Amino acid sequence: MEQPFDLVIIWAGIIGFSVMMYVLMDGFDLGQGILYPFAPDDHSRDIMMNSVAPVWDGNETWLVMGGAGLLGAFPLVYSVFLPALYIGVFLMLAGLIFRGVAFEFRFKANTTRYIWDWAFAGGSFVATFAQGAVVGAYVQGFATNNFVYVGGPFDWLTPFTVITGLGLVAGYALLGSTWLIMKTEGELQQWAYRVTLRLLVLVLLVFAIISIYTPFVDAGVMERWFHGFSVIWFLPLLALYCAYLIYSSVKKQQEGLPFVATMGLFLFTYLGLLASKWPYLVPPDYTLWDAASAYESQLFLLLGFLFVIPFVLGYIAWSYWIFRGKVKGGYH
Amino acid sequence: MELDPLLLSRIQFAFVVCFHAIFPVFTIGLASFIAVLEALSLKTGNPLWQRLSKFWIQVFAVVFGMGVVSGIVMSFQFGTNWSNFSYSTANFLGPVLSYEVITAFFLEAAFLGVLLFGRDKVPQGVHLFAAMMVALGTFISSFWILAANSLMHTPDGLVLRDGLYYVVSWRDAIFNPSFGYRFLHMAVASFLTASFVVAGVTAWFIMQKRELAANKKALSISLWLILILAPTQVLIGDFHGLNTLKHQPMKVAAMEGNWETGTGVPLLLFALPDQENQQNHFEIKIPKLASFILTHDWDGEVPGLNEVTPEMQPPVFIVFWAFRVMVAMGMLMALFGLAGLWLRRGDRYLESKPFLNGLRVMSLSPFIAVLSGWIVTETGRAPWLIYEQMTHAQGLTPSLTGGMALFTLIGYVLVYAMVFSAGVFYLMSVFRGGLETANAEQTDSDVEKAQRPISAANANLDGGL
Repeated sequence: MEQPFDLVIIWAGIIGFSVMMYVLMDGFDLGQGILYPFAPDDHSRDIMMNSVAPVWDGNETWLVMGGAGLLGAFPLVYSVFLPALYIGVFLMLAGLIFRGVAFEFRFKANTTRYIWDWAFAGGSFVATFAQGAVVGAYVQGFATNNFVYVGGPFDWLTPFTVITGLGLVAGYALLGSTWLIMKTEGELQQWAYRVTLRLLVLVLLVFAIISIYTPFVDAGVMERWFHGFSVIWFLPLLALYCAYLIYSSVKKQQEGLPFVATMGLFLFTYLGLLASKWPYLVPPDYTLWDAASAYESQLFLLLGFLFVIPFVLGYIAWSYWIFRGKVKGGYH
Repeated sequence: MELDPLLLSRIQFAFVVCFHAIFPVFTIGLASFIAVLEALSLKTGNPLWQRLSKFWIQVFAVVFGMGVVSGIVMSFQFGTNWSNFSYSTANFLGPVLSYEVITAFFLEAAFLGVLLFGRDKVPQGVHLFAAMMVALGTFISSFWILAANSLMHTPDGLVLRDGLYYVVSWRDAIFNPSFGYRFLHMAVASFLTASFVVAGVTAWFIMQKRELAANKKALSISLWLILILAPTQVLIGDFHGLNTLKHQPMKVAAMEGNWETGTGVPLLLFALPDQENQQNHFEIKIPKLASFILTHDWDGEVPGLNEVTPEMQPPVFIVFWAFRVMVAMGMLMALFGLAGLWLRRGDRYLESKPFLNGLRVMSLSPFIAVLSGWIVTETGRAPWLIYEQMTHAQGLTPSLTGGMALFTLIGYVLVYAMVFSAGVFYLMSVFRGGLETANAEQTDSDVEKAQRPISAANANLDGGL
């Protein structure tokens, strides 16, 4: 059916944007949980948690929005990914629940505080690992037949997805440590500078492993990247430039640039991933257009999104503005 | 024994949704109650209204937090366990659920922070506006989710092509035949829930002679609300039942325990439905009353379960008894409303120990009524997931095994048990702290505390006062 606009492209843009927003924003607060066990002392943990407490649930709203948006615009993703990642999704939800309530309960508890410390750290780690494994599973592709997932419960858990899972843990930790550089001062900030360099090495190592590994997991990726010089090569080059910026700005003890450069590193890696798989949304068989919902459904939803999203962005900017500046000591 | 993924998925969904439902059904009504308190405070300038509001906002913060956390799981259940259903209905379900996120969650997120933490940072009028927006957000949220649910009972405005539903008319699909009744029934249920919780907690404060001036006002308001809302709910429920009779006669037959279509059907007060033998045991009945209630004619014809084969019947025992529990709770609520009116002469409602103790117990009644009501309507739809169009078995995720479903069922039960026992424990300490703690002077350290819903409450998790 001929339509005046190809809404599928617009929706791909909206969902892609939501996922990126989620990764960047929930990334740095999940990163606090991953760094938590390694923090210098309990006082630092108070500050770390307080630095993200006002914004973390707004950040997670992007996950809900991405999920509901997928069901509305690309239902095939919803109905293949979730059954295929059944166990992983459960682990991610359990992780998010535990770390969510840890925000609420940790400051109220005295004798039981260590429980909520573990809930926060463990929940953040498990949720992040599960998300990284989802990315790996997407690269691997899914066993489907006639738009239905037909694989087993643990197809998603392979050496490759374990690496992508751990890679995202390192990546979120890097977002978390550069966030701390920006939001804290003194001893904790110096600790964050040191940790950032170590994490950067780790992230680059995983980056290299995945870059070499991926073309072997998916022949289509091999074809795209290694048959003739392609314009998409500038994406990993920009990512590497961001990595250099993180290194140099940490050396110069700059405060804002490490975080911005880390976001750049994520952005270009993400775009590189999309460039590898385009236009497949449920690889190896289904494209964006196969996975899309009906035109009238995408249109009905788009009208609402166009009206409401500016308000959402405005509110988020406003709340970050309210809580701008350095986070000083916690309370006891 | 072979593990049945269908049965386990149904149990899992029922568990998660029941656990989730008790939180929003309370917060929807409580949000409006808080908005009313804020409005009275602004209009009269009487500081007692603000004392009440500060306390109930703390209760709201805790319950709302629990509702959000348990709600996230819901949105993933559709995909993990019911992927065929989700995929088939996505053209309708996807936009409707997305609209819930962007219209309701946005409003709530934006104004909850101001409601909880902004009292001293914004003018009183803005604070009242925030309270009203949070209340509006809870209603918008229930609007969309009930539209989605009602469609499963009374599908309309859709066509089915090649296994996928396409929306022909958004208006018919959203405002499907049972939607209006269900929405009203739920809205009044939410107000009743908030009224009874407020009445119960306040009765306990009054028995302890705490903050009498403020708590008397709260009790008086909640009793007036109960007096009006409880009979209204009975009336709405009756209309909802007639709507169900028209569109889902087998559900009504199961509610009535009526096995054979007939005229002059009696109303059963007690019976033990026996699905295997398609009959009841130990019936206690009032002649012709079911016919009269359902058709407004003593000899009206009422459909029976024999109109479909036994495997197409809902589980009669569950529906029959859940319905009786719901109705009994509704009648008790109406009685308490009348008792409150009777005891108002000479302010005896503030003194009568049995009445106040009764209110304390009755604070649980709306939750029982709401859960059994949902069991009636959801179980009564069985074996259909979408009435007369898709069965539970057809909607299930094809790749799901019994082992996987059992693993996550146990997992969710454990996670919820841990998280929510901590939450309930905390709620109790907010109640113990009462208006006094909620209105205590804030120390410097409180100002710096995490800007989070539950952190808005000034009580200590380790218990004690």
